[in-house]
Amino acid sequence: MRKGYFGEFGGQFVPELLVPPLTELEKAMQDIMDGPQFRKELDQLFSEFVGRPTPICRCANLSRDLGFDLWLKREDLAHTGAHKINNTVGQGLLARYMGKKCLLAETGAGQHGVATATAAAVLGLECIVFMGALDVKRQSHNVRRMELLGAKVEPVQSGTRTLKDAINAALRYWIGHQQDTHYCLGSAVGPHPFPLLVRKLQSVIGREARSQFMEKTGRLPDYVVACVGGGSNAVGIFHPFARDPHVNLVGVEAGGEGTPGCHHSATLCRGSFGVLHGTRTYLLQTEEGQIMPSHSVAPGLDYPGVGPEHAHLKESGRATYEVIYDQQALEAFYLLSGREGIIPALESSHALAWVIARKNRIKPESMVLVNLSGRGDKDLDIVREIEAQ
Amino acid sequence: MKKENLLTQRINEAVRRGRKALIPFVPAGFPSKDAFWDIILELDDSGADIIEIGVPFSDPVADGPIVESASIRCLEQGVSLSWIMSELLKYREKLRAGIVLMGYYNPFLQYGLRRLSTEAEKAGVNGLIIPDLILEEVRPHLELFGDFHLSFTPLVGLNTSKERMREYSGISPAFVYLVSVLGITGTRASADRLLRAKLAEVKEAFDCPVALGFGLSSRAQLDPIADLVDAVVFGSALIEHLDSGRKASEFMKAWK
Ligand SMILES: Cc1ncc(COP(=O)(O)O)c(C=O)c1O
Repeated sequence: MRKGYFGEFGGQFVPELLVPPLTELEKAMQDIMDGPQFRKELDQLFSEFVGRPTPICRCANLSRDLGFDLWLKREDLAHTGAHKINNTVGQGLLARYMGKKCLLAETGAGQHGVATATAAAVLGLECIVFMGALDVKRQSHNVRRMELLGAKVEPVQSGTRTLKDAINAALRYWIGHQQDTHYCLGSAVGPHPFPLLVRKLQSVIGREARSQFMEKTGRLPDYVVACVGGGSNAVGIFHPFARDPHVNLVGVEAGGEGTPGCHHSATLCRGSFGVLHGTRTYLLQTEEGQIMPSHSVAPGLDYPGVGPEHAHLKESGRATYEVIYDQQALEAFYLLSGREGIIPALESSHALAWVIARKNRIKPESMVLVNLSGRGDKDLDIVREIEAQ
Repeated sequence: MKKENLLTQRINEAVRRGRKALIPFVPAGFPSKDAFWDIILELDDSGADIIEIGVPFSDPVADGPIVESASIRCLEQGVSLSWIMSELLKYREKLRAGIVLMGYYNPFLQYGLRRLSTEAEKAGVNGLIIPDLILEEVRPHLELFGDFHLSFTPLVGLNTSKERMREYSGISPAFVYLVSVLGITGTRASADRLLRAKLAEVKEAFDCPVALGFGLSSRAQLDPIADLVDAVVFGSALIEHLDSGRKASEFMKAWK
C-alpha cells in the first residue's frame, strides 16, 4: 500500500509548500507519540482533564421498546461535551513536544474550535481559529466561548463562508506560519498524516468501549453505530473493532431535508470520487469537479467531503454507510431526551435514528452500541428555530 | 536530443534579449467570458512570453483572496474546462506566447486526465501547473502528459529543501516556479537575502529556467535578485489592474 493511502483513498494533494510541515508532523508522530513520556502525559490529560474513560450505558427504557439492547458510549460526558476534545488535547500535546507555540484550527459550528481553544488554554499555547463568516453569525455563542478560552477567531469571507472555506483559509495560514504553528485539523480528513493522527487519538473511544462492553456483557456488540461528518468519532469507535468480523460497523450520514434536489451531507452514499482538502475520497461535487455546498440540520455533519479511511472501509465492505434525514434525527433527539434523560447532539442523533429506523430488522437479543459523540445543549437554538416554523 | 518545449524556448529568447520573460496569469473568463480572449490577445501582443490560463476551482487553497474571488466570479458565469478548450482551439494560432493551463487537480481529474491531455495538446497548450499535485502524486501521470507534449511545472518554495528540488529536477520540467511568499518576516534586507539564497539553490538544482511569482506588484521588487531570475509571473496585481477597468497593455508596459 502506498504511504498515506487507505486502499486507493488518501494521499497528499497539497501545495509543495505544505510538504515540509506535513513531513515534520509525520516524523513527530513516529518519534514522539509512542514514547512512554508522551503516553503518560496524554493518559493523565485524558483522565484528569477530559474525564476519561467515558462510561458506556445501557438504555433501559428504549431497550424495552426496541426489543434489543441499546448501549451508548458516552462521549457527551467528555469535557466540552463531545469527542472532539480527544483529538485536540492529543494534537496540542504533540504540538508542544514539537516546540510549536500556536494551535491553528478550522471550525464549522464551533465545536472543534472550542475544543482546540480549550486544549490550547490548558497546554499554554496560543490559538487561532478560522470560521466561515456565515457560521460566526449563526454560532455567536461558540465564538464567545472560544474568546473566553483565549483564542482569536478569524471570520472567513471567501467562497461559501462556511466550513470548507474555513479549512482553505487555515491551510493558507499554515503555509505562512508553519514554523511556530501546528494545524490541529478537526476530523479524520485532510492530507496524510492527518487521517492517521486523528484516528490514533480518537481510537481511545473504541478501545475503551470494546473492553467496557466485554466486561459488562461478556461479549462484543453485534452493531457499532456512529454518525459520519468527516468521520473522526466513527473511525475512533470502529477501528478497535475492525478485526472482530462479527461486529457490524455502521456509519450514518446526514441526508439533509430529504426533498428531491436538496443539499445534504451524504458524501459516501450519494457522492463521487475526487480530491478535496488534500485527500482522495468521496465528495459532493458537480460533474465539472467543483465542490458543492452541503447541508444538514446537524452542523457538525455539514461537510462536502469525508475521511479517506471511510471511503476505503466502504469499498472493502468492512463498514456500511446509510443515510438519515433531518426529521428522523430530530425525532431521535426528542426520544433520547424524553426517555433516557440524555439530550444528544444532533450529529449523534443521526446514529440513534438509524437504529430506530432499523428496529424491525435488528434481531431480538442483539446488542447495539451507538457512539453518542456529543451532548445536545449546543443545538437548542437550532431545535427551537425548527419548532417555531 | 529531445525538442525543447516552447515554454523553455520563450523564456530563453527573452533572456537572450537581456530581459525577464513575462508570464501573466488570468483566470479563464475573467473579467467576463466576452472580454477574456481580447485580454489574452492583448497580453500576447504586448510582450507576454508565456500566458497562464487559470482553470477556475471552487476551493483554490494555494491562491490568495484576489485570485479566489476572481475564480469564483468566473465559475458563476459558467466557465468550464470544456469551454476553455474549445475557445482556446479557436484563438491559439493568433497567439505567439507559450500557453500553460494552471488548475487544481479535482476539475482535471473529473474531466479525465487522458481527455485533458489529448484536448490540451490539440488546443496548443504547452504545459500544466497543478498546484495541489506534489511530486509523489504527479509521478503516475507524467508519462501521459509527456505523450502529449505537456510539460509539468513544479512549484517550489522558500521551505523546499535542496534534495527535494533535485528530485523535481529529475522530471525535466520546461521551467520551475519559485513561490516567493512564505510569511517572510524580518527586515526587507533579510528577506532579500533569504530569497537570493533560495534562488541560488534553485538555479543550482535545476537545468531549466527559473520563474519567480506570487506577490509581485512592482518592478523594484526584482532589483535585488534580478541576476537570478529568468521569468516573472503576475497574478493578483494583474487581476486588480484589469478589474479597475484598465488595459492589459498598460500593465505589461511597466514590466518591459
Ligand atoms: C457531537 C459531534 N458529533 C459528530 C461530529 C462530526 O464529526 P466527525 O465525523 O469527525 O466525528 C461533530 C462535529 O463537529 C460533533 O460536534
